[in-house]
Amino acid sequence: MSNTATALKVSPEASVSQSASPMKIVVVGHVDHGKSTLVGRILNETGALPEGKVEYLREVCDKRGMPFEWAFVMDALQAERDQGITIDTAQIRFKTAHRPYVIIDAPGHKEFLKNMVSGAASAEAAVLVIDAHEGVQEQSRRHGYLLHLLGLRQIAVAVNKMDLVDFSETRFNEVKAEIVAYLNSIGVEPTYVIPVAARSGANIAETAAETPWYTGPSVLGALDLFEPAKPLTDLPLRLPVQDVYKFDERRIIAGRIESGRLKVGDTLVFSPSGKMAKIATIETWGNTVAAVSAGAGQSVGITLDEQIFVERGNVASLEHHTPYQSHDLKARVFWLGRGPLKVGSRYKLKLATAEHVVDVVTIERVIDVEDLANHQGTEVARNAVAEVVFRAKSPIAHDSFIDNPRLGRFVLVEGYDIVGGGVIAETPAGEARSRSTHVTEVPHKVDAETRAIANGHRGGVVWLTGLSGAGKSTIAMEVERQLFLKGWQVTVLDGDNVRTGLCGDLGFSDADRAENIRRVGETANLFAEAGMVVVTSFISPFRADREKVRAINPDTFHEVYVATGLDECERRDPKGLYKKARAGEISYFTGIGSAYEAPALPELTLTTEGKSVDESVADLLRYIENAFSLSAREQANGWGL
Amino acid sequence: MNDLDALESQSIYILREAFNRLDKIAMLWSIGKDSNVMLWLARKAFFGHVPFPVLHVDTHNKIPEMIEFRDRVAKEWNLPLIVGENTQALAAGMGPHKGRVECCTALKTEGLKALLAKHGFTGVIAGIRRDEEGTRAKERVFSPRNQSAEWDFKDQPPEFWDQFKTDFAPGTHLRIHPLLAWSELDVWRYIERENIPMVDLYFAKDGRRYRSLGCAPCTGSVASTATTVAEIIEELETTKISERSGRAQDKESEDAFERLRAGGYM
Repeated sequence: MSNTATALKVSPEASVSQSASPMKIVVVGHVDHGKSTLVGRILNETGALPEGKVEYLREVCDKRGMPFEWAFVMDALQAERDQGITIDTAQIRFKTAHRPYVIIDAPGHKEFLKNMVSGAASAEAAVLVIDAHEGVQEQSRRHGYLLHLLGLRQIAVAVNKMDLVDFSETRFNEVKAEIVAYLNSIGVEPTYVIPVAARSGANIAETAAETPWYTGPSVLGALDLFEPAKPLTDLPLRLPVQDVYKFDERRIIAGRIESGRLKVGDTLVFSPSGKMAKIATIETWGNTVAAVSAGAGQSVGITLDEQIFVERGNVASLEHHTPYQSHDLKARVFWLGRGPLKVGSRYKLKLATAEHVVDVVTIERVIDVEDLANHQGTEVARNAVAEVVFRAKSPIAHDSFIDNPRLGRFVLVEGYDIVGGGVIAETPAGEARSRSTHVTEVPHKVDAETRAIANGHRGGVVWLTGLSGAGKSTIAMEVERQLFLKGWQVTVLDGDNVRTGLCGDLGFSDADRAENIRRVGETANLFAEAGMVVVTSFISPFRADREKVRAINPDTFHEVYVATGLDECERRDPKGLYKKARAGEISYFTGIGSAYEAPALPELTLTTEGKSVDESVADLLRYIENAFSLSAREQANGWGL
Repeated sequence: MNDLDALESQSIYILREAFNRLDKIAMLWSIGKDSNVMLWLARKAFFGHVPFPVLHVDTHNKIPEMIEFRDRVAKEWNLPLIVGENTQALAAGMGPHKGRVECCTALKTEGLKALLAKHGFTGVIAGIRRDEEGTRAKERVFSPRNQSAEWDFKDQPPEFWDQFKTDFAPGTHLRIHPLLAWSELDVWRYIERENIPMVDLYFAKDGRRYRSLGCAPCTGSVASTATTVAEIIEELETTKISERSGRAQDKESEDAFERLRAGGYM
């Protein structure tokens, strides 16, 4: 804690450097602790209010028969004035002799937390307002926690309404000790703790006579001592592709450089494809001199020396400094949805310009921001914070939040709404960076995209799992027939067929079953790489074995659970195996003498009971066509390179 | 990067997001300084092309110089201009004499709604700024509107880290605001830097000039001697007169502007 800096003299008349970007300050805190009043005061003290504004607000207050209310400066909405609360965040500018500012007033009410987060996420520093009389309250802690989670590291605390406690040094020290202890426990070192009376203006612009015992800066003095955000040019290059334009003869890749720098001639690696090309030009409009380099924060357009396939969501970086890629993301999430976040739920995750469909695999802990206690749970309620593991169908190019905040944070979308945000906690040890650094030793001269374009569909594995007699082979064979008739490259790997050849040496012990599935998985993947859709039909009872197959190429693996209950399978008993197992002729038969572990998060579940085979076949066909077909646009892009 | 570079880059990012994420977008062009700057930014974002229609809602009350400027620039820049109006209200004699808020609602808001409905736009880019007025300070960059184009300012979507709302129910649309973070002074400094053409009305004649352009009956001029962009910048650096002080429709009641905006006004 350093409260020793002297107050800076603030003069609204002094000229401010025109080239400085305004520093963004968010003002947060519990409801009624005086945020809007503090903001109104700051604007007044710095001469930021237009002529007549104070007189106008005085009239408004008079009409309502109430004393003058500084909060009305920011609370522009009628409903806000009627209820005396801030509903939504607002942004207003002011300047001190030192620099220009944008002040973001954030609501304190719990139901408006999404608005508070919206305001706070774009800020460089924060003022946390606490009522000297009431002391630290629920939202004081919650806001403090969220500021830290959002990546804000500069926080000043204004202990407000000191006039209501007679400017008592003892009371100030009590409140200060309480908030500093809490902030320290979450890893935040508040820059200053300032006694304030926003209504009368004490310690806002100048240090006040009422607090002779306080030696630190005023609120404006504290703001001037904050460090401006450092540009991200020193971090590795990250250029998420926003769009690809073909308005004229140029094919321009457009996007904003989130971190690092690039220059003409640099070799870019595009994640997740791993494709590489050199920057041929940096395109601009309206400039007479051609740009040769660009850095973090700039929205650019580049052309490449080779016409490789690049699309929105790809991240360009430089070789040896590529982002991480993984299907699983462990993140700290703040949840704003009306309904809870649940294990097994599916959301759209937006990270930079990429969108991924993700499933919630586990909720590792739910954090109570009040007492910072950890809880186990399968749900995260609105406004809570939790550590969550997500799994995506396709690899997510990312950084950890600590390494690079721009590529280490994301939002979640459910239906039409943004329902939460998160920061990526850590990158799993040993996780591969972009594939380009691990190029296959003998690369094919026909790549997957070329095959996909030629076939009109991608290759991949559709892994049917379920009990014996569930209907896997029946469905698989009919799906194969129908896809073949549509001109698809398709085949079926079936349990009994494989065991007569490739796996003829294996028995039915757990180890042999695992090896059987491993070989089938590798074989299926080779077919998939050759551009085919491979439907497999294996009981594959153990989750761990199936996960190993998924890990061979998670992009192209689709697990389909043929969910037919044991009773129904035993009733059907197409091969008479259940009868034999019941008679003790087969030991370790799945469902009888050996366990079946149903998938936790299959890509598709086919319920066959009470349905005709045709219906199940139609369901699976629809899924495959959605998952593997090339859309018209992709085909056009593919050919139009 | 200096502050104008940062603002320009962020606005371009927003314009490109809107173009990529939405099916059918258009840009509103009021012929004022802000939308002229916005149009310029679009040409930068898309390398000289404006890949969506530019809409002008004509109230038949605009100052004639504005219409002359519109037609000249649209031709010079080869803009895909669409002009719309509330023909019915105009025929029925709507005008500020029937009440300024009513007039704005009929000729601007309803005129715009009709235009949006006719073309089925899912996104409309508008050049509003947070520093213009209190309710605009509360706006999101991507701001959803319901089927009647109304703004539910009490329940706005969260918006952080430049992750904007781009998913919305059929029948609704988004207003996209690339200039929200700009100030009036930024706009003029950018006009100076980029040498962007402006309507003459902004420059002082006989000791007065317009700071904000709208319809002739409701837009007043301010006392000024600024005859060049540089002089306007100098004037704005010291003035304490609010920008919309010349706009009469804002002042009919305490919440006149809030009601206008909630109803779908820009």
